[in-house]
Amino acid sequence: MSDHGGPGHGLAARVRHVEALLERHGLVDATELDRALEAFLSRASPANGARVVARAWLDEGFRARLLADASAALPELGLSMGGGIQEQRLKVVANTETTHNVIVCTLCSCYPISLLGPSPTWYKSESYRSRVVRDPRGVLREFGCMPGPDVEITVWDATAESRYMVLPRRPAGTAGHSEAELAGLVTRNGLIGVADV
Amino acid sequence: MTERFRPGDRVLTSRADPVHHTRLPRYARGAAGTVLELEGRYPLPDDRSRGLPAEPEPVYAVRFRAAELFGAGDHQVTLALWESYLRPLPEEAARGE
Repeated sequence: MSDHGGPGHGLAARVRHVEALLERHGLVDATELDRALEAFLSRASPANGARVVARAWLDEGFRARLLADASAALPELGLSMGGGIQEQRLKVVANTETTHNVIVCTLCSCYPISLLGPSPTWYKSESYRSRVVRDPRGVLREFGCMPGPDVEITVWDATAESRYMVLPRRPAGTAGHSEAELAGLVTRNGLIGVADV
Repeated sequence: MTERFRPGDRVLTSRADPVHHTRLPRYARGAAGTVLELEGRYPLPDDRSRGLPAEPEPVYAVRFRAAELFGAGDHQVTLALWESYLRPLPEEAARGE
């Protein structure tokens, strides 16, 4: 996963070397890896995460299954955490009246790409990664997100093989909204936890 | 393979500062936290990155108070940590906090 300076440079060089060997021996086509990567990324979009959130807002049963075992609940919407190098465990963390969650990967930039799309540049920045664990309120304020003083903030650092996604609170005044309309309200920043929704 | 820790257990992270790759971030070393849940079983990256045999071992979500990690802050930070990084929090240390 990590490939940012230090030992990562050695790893990247090794990967390129193995890739070259595989190509030279005719085991993979030169464009095959690019195609696989493009296919994965073309399906990766924050619209997927937004669909999950909208369904959870409308369906209490789905919400409960999602929070208990997100990887197992995703196929209900035709989604999965597979498609990358290995299937990863997804953990969805719900914001409530008293809890606000925000995700980070302090070691590199891990996050559920299939549900959130490619990560924004700031998510990978040293500044976000080092500051959000120490001063989440300060960082959230810069995004215009200001949970009340009585709301406890939990930062989720993706240091192992699970990937995290935030389930934002359903905005007020959306009682009559359809599932598609609700999904349209959800932003990538909301799924990361640096926006309310 | 059974897990050494259960949800609610108090644990202390390793203080070691290894030269090799590790997934225990520096800011969370030597810190007391509480096990939230088992996340799964995965080979220890510290061993795998050095080409050593690495059997899957339990990985836990462990929650820390910000004040424990940074000496300030009223939030919490949850990390996913391999069992090898953790040991039971000694009773005396728990009382001293």
